Amino acid sequence: MKQNRFWAWVVFLAGAAYFVVPLAATFEFSLRMRRDYYSFDSYASVFSDPAFQATFSYSVVIGLFAIVMGIVVVVPAVYFVRLRMPWLRPFMEFVTLLPLIIPAIILVYGYIRLYNSSSIIPFTGSALGTDILLVFAYVTLALPYTYRAVDTGMRTIDVQTLTEAAQIAGANTVQIITSIILPNILVAVLSGAFLTFAIVIGEFTIASLLNRPAFGPYLQNIGANRAYEPAALAIISFIITWGAMGMINVLGRFAPRTSARTD
Amino acid sequence: MAFLDVSKLTKSYGSNTVVKGVSFGFDKGEFISLLGPSGCGKTTILRMIAGFETPSSGTVMVDGQDITSLKPNQRQLGMVFQAYALFPNLNVGDNIGFGLKIAGVPAEERRARVVDMLKLIGLPGFETRYPYEMSGGQQQRVALARAIAPRPRMLLLDEPLSALDAKIRVSLREEIRAIQRELGITTVFVTHDQEEALSISDRIVVMNAGNIEQLGAPHDIYNTPKTRFVATFVGQLNNLDVTVADPVARTVSLDGQIITVPNLPAGISANAAMVLTVRPEVLSVGQRPGNDVTLNGTVEDVTFLGSVIRIRVKLGHNVVSLDTFNDQRAAPPQRGEVITVTLAGKDLLVLAN
Ligand SMILES: Nc1ncnc2c1ncn2[C@@H]1O[C@H](COP(=O)(O)OP(=O)(O)OP(=O)(O)O)[C@@H](O)[C@H]1O
Ligand SMILES: [Mg+2]
Repeated sequence: MKQNRFWAWVVFLAGAAYFVVPLAATFEFSLRMRRDYYSFDSYASVFSDPAFQATFSYSVVIGLFAIVMGIVVVVPAVYFVRLRMPWLRPFMEFVTLLPLIIPAIILVYGYIRLYNSSSIIPFTGSALGTDILLVFAYVTLALPYTYRAVDTGMRTIDVQTLTEAAQIAGANTVQIITSIILPNILVAVLSGAFLTFAIVIGEFTIASLLNRPAFGPYLQNIGANRAYEPAALAIISFIITWGAMGMINVLGRFAPRTSARTD
Repeated sequence: MAFLDVSKLTKSYGSNTVVKGVSFGFDKGEFISLLGPSGCGKTTILRMIAGFETPSSGTVMVDGQDITSLKPNQRQLGMVFQAYALFPNLNVGDNIGFGLKIAGVPAEERRARVVDMLKLIGLPGFETRYPYEMSGGQQQRVALARAIAPRPRMLLLDEPLSALDAKIRVSLREEIRAIQRELGITTVFVTHDQEEALSISDRIVVMNAGNIEQLGAPHDIYNTPKTRFVATFVGQLNNLDVTVADPVARTVSLDGQIITVPNLPAGISANAAMVLTVRPEVLSVGQRPGNDVTLNGTVEDVTFLGSVIRIRVKLGHNVVSLDTFNDQRAAPPQRGEVITVTLAGKDLLVLAN
């Protein structure tokens, strides 16, 4: 028994070290900007850089649009597949996995070919058009996560009966989705949203090739040209990503409660 | 013209026809039950009335309007589901007020209607509760209030009680009936429980395999079933093997005893074997005024059911069940005891197969 416990701890600590040591080392390094003693100078330098503020807010805005766009696309799609076309589910599962299989670089080269300034739909011809294209790309990248989050959320409610109950009370499809379905899967939708956000904040390939001033290319640029700031930025990105993940866990506590009772 | 008029309604799934040209008409304010065994098409008919299924052919008219091709949200009907189906994200007040809100009723009026509805279902002050904070019976009452709050033209109920415990099932069905009477709302109630259907309906549609077997008031269905299916599905039934004595005089021979019966199948000949059926409560232990047939038998089994005692008796080569009221001053008959059983020949049922 004691022996078991010992080896369990060894394995756990080895795993934890794999994770914690580089992180601690990065953190330690980020504090050494000033000679001889620790300081937060590198963080101060990062936060006061106007390019940091500009690229970070740009990515936040793009992220928020990607979240809204993802909800508008995914929630009705999952709803109709569950309600009317359950035979389409295996196909949906497959299609939504594609972004994990196909590298982002292929996606973005495809976009550039299809939507370049001399094409029929010249998205890349203007900054706004390119921003829209970037949002579309991020919705696609996040699809494997948002689709599964929303699908899991809908599994916990009786979509068909709730739909029928709302229909017979006079509600139309838009009213049903916005006032009944969406509020009941809100936790799942939000966890999909945080995942989308975490992906968008650090994404490099697409933003860089579309030449947009996003946070990912900024990170890359700093990493290539500075000494201590990249370490500080790595820690900041890590905190943002894990903050988003943590929110998903917190939200889990607000999942809808079952009301099935016979008494 | 009937208020609810269903005409030649048919529904097929592929080559499988589950509702086969069903027609019926009901008046305003009637409480109608669709009764039948599992899979006979009751739910399918109700869902076609609600608009959730499209009929393969046939029409549904409500109050003179053909609603066959309307969407469910255009039909102005109310429905209660087996699984309650309250909206989990809304509290009781918002659940009941949902249909009113959709219809654009102002908030003040909505709140007043919710208060009225909660009073009607005996849950005053429950506005701010959430569905998961209530028992199944309370949730189903809220579901009923939600269905009737927008004053629908008709109320549809699909086995609303079958997810509930036995005690609540009985008390809630009485409540549903009382509320229905008070509002005078035409109601279609689907059930596979014959006792439920008999106890609350004005009229019952007995269904079997997609067809109507019989349509009538509960006492008609029970006392004069038209087919063997109806007789066996609704209530208990005993079979008696007899031979025809005289087809013209309508007499049969039961273990040598000649009995006059209400009717005989057309064209049956003397000495033909046939089966008579009789309800348990028609048989009495000992003499009773009006009973003209006396049989002797041996008690095979006695089941004590509280106020009623069910006795199985072997009469010649037939075994029958009969019910007697419990008599607290006399012991129930013992197994093996020889008793006299009497009945009135006119209460025997001769059923087409
Ligand atoms: N969507 C469907 N596709 C194919 N067959 C169906 C469908 N819905 C119902 N059926 C079939 O139609 C028949 C009637 O079903 P229905 O639900 O009306 O029965 P019911 O009388 O309500 O039974 P129960 O008492 O079990 O609820 C059943 O045999 C069922 O298998
Ligand atoms: Mg059914």
